[in-house]
Amino acid sequence: MKKDQWIMGLETSCDETAVAIIKNGREIAANIVASQIESHKRFGGVVPEIASRHHVEQITIVIEEALNQANLSFSDLDGIAVTEGPGLVGALLIGVNAAKALAFAHNIPLVPIHHIAGHIYANQLVTELKFPLLSLVVSGGHTEIVYMKEHGHFEVIGETRDDAAGEAYDKVARTLNLPYPGGPHIDRLAQGGKDTLDLPRAWLEEGSYDFSFSGLKSAVINTVHNAEQRGEVIAPEDLAASFQASVIDVLVKKIIRATAEYEVKQVLLAGGVAANKGLRMALEKAFSEKSGIELVIPPLNLCTDNAAMIAAAGSIMFEKGIRADLSLNANPGLDIEIYN
Amino acid sequence: MTILSIDTSNYALGVALIEDNQVLGEYITNLKKNHSVRIMPAIHTLMKDCERAPSDLTKVVVAKGPGSYTGVRIGVTIAKTLAWSLKIPLVGVSSLEILASGIGRYFDGYISPLFDARRGQVYTGLFRYQSGVLESIKEDRLVMINDWASTLKELDKPVLFVGNDLPLHQAVLEDTLSSQAVFAAITEHNPRPSELALLGSVKQAEDIHSFVPNYIRLAEAETKWLEANGKILKG
Ligand SMILES: [Zn+2]
Repeated sequence: MKKDQWIMGLETSCDETAVAIIKNGREIAANIVASQIESHKRFGGVVPEIASRHHVEQITIVIEEALNQANLSFSDLDGIAVTEGPGLVGALLIGVNAAKALAFAHNIPLVPIHHIAGHIYANQLVTELKFPLLSLVVSGGHTEIVYMKEHGHFEVIGETRDDAAGEAYDKVARTLNLPYPGGPHIDRLAQGGKDTLDLPRAWLEEGSYDFSFSGLKSAVINTVHNAEQRGEVIAPEDLAASFQASVIDVLVKKIIRATAEYEVKQVLLAGGVAANKGLRMALEKAFSEKSGIELVIPPLNLCTDNAAMIAAAGSIMFEKGIRADLSLNANPGLDIEIYN
Repeated sequence: MTILSIDTSNYALGVALIEDNQVLGEYITNLKKNHSVRIMPAIHTLMKDCERAPSDLTKVVVAKGPGSYTGVRIGVTIAKTLAWSLKIPLVGVSSLEILASGIGRYFDGYISPLFDARRGQVYTGLFRYQSGVLESIKEDRLVMINDWASTLKELDKPVLFVGNDLPLHQAVLEDTLSSQAVFAAITEHNPRPSELALLGSVKQAEDIHSFVPNYIRLAEAETKWLEANGKILKG
């Protein structure tokens, strides 16, 4: 019988200090997330210097909690996986340097992980991945479609040319005077509104899988502005519903078209915006009408930033022989295709 | 007793191993290079050359600032993680105190180590050896160099200045203090990691989990928020 594989993951790319331990790439033995969201709320967004300071305060506490929850010690670990990038450089540095110190102190292999590869591999904690597959990655910093022909191999077939979907959500939320982070508030408002405003959809050129959300964001701001000048009031629910309908329409139609071209077995949803109810429902409906393709949507706590996803990706990269040495640095602009 | 010391709080990068009142080895560079890339390999190489394993360590001592926010966090994160995971004590030492420690030992007067903090400001403090022990006379602070020079003028003894950023401020200090100001030679300007280890060998251990750098300053966003919200800032 094969010995069990235990991987610890560390994730500090933004405002969550997270450490997890995963067994055989699939089973969560520990998943600890210390969120800083309350600390950044009053600034209306994540402040990099403050995020970095919190990571230093939390890092050893979170590592200890993860080991305690899994009831393991360092000698049980086969590898330490850490988010190398992309993200906030000062924040990434805390995870990277803590991981290097652990790897050195306990002679454990160090495995560098791309943050988005982590988001995609959150799905492996839900079900076994079947290739080829497509992943729709939607978060505060990313909107892209990633094609995977096999484990650990990533090809970006489409990405946003301006704002990420999550950014557009935050900006529209600010227009509606909703508190930070705005995404969940818009999603909630949209459930009670109607798509009445006929906002634009950015399809871009024929056949493109790229996205663009800055035009939509401006359209929302203009619509609100014009209505104000006419002395009219647009119901926030309808504005949220119309905005969300435009975003989801483009995301869903593009991923559906890509599944036909790439003949995939699975479609994975990944990233923080995967927590969006409207998007989940629209994808479920679209894929229920398409037989033969399995749609996988992780539970909410695995969609937002966490370290279980980093350890899950780490498990695959560990088997592939991907290693970093003690000179590993944080890389805020890391390319996902680098480890192919 | 085998003590590892780590300093990445300013441009100088330093690592030392001391053992039973002997300096086994130390490594220093004064380069504008990335600490995150170089510090762990430096620790690894020094320990390998000295034939010591991580499990041989009995204490970790780290420079806790003031200095570069990012730089000091790299050293502190590594020191916390090593100490906690190896179950050994952690000690934090002022980055300024390290500079004062070596050069001040044989000097009859005050020592003011300094790092430039831009816009005419410096991170500094005042130290003095009394009966062979280095004592802090004025705590680490961020201050305008002009104001600091005026404060020091009131002292009854010469003041020795040390630090790689001295050339930026030497003229002001000379103007105000004239012969009362003494300036260290360039060989004294890099903080010695062996001095850091020695200082840490006799200091009280920190609570590892809650240990953080001494930034001196709040994050800029925090300061602005407090001002905008009518909160009074101390100091
Ligand atoms: Zn993320």
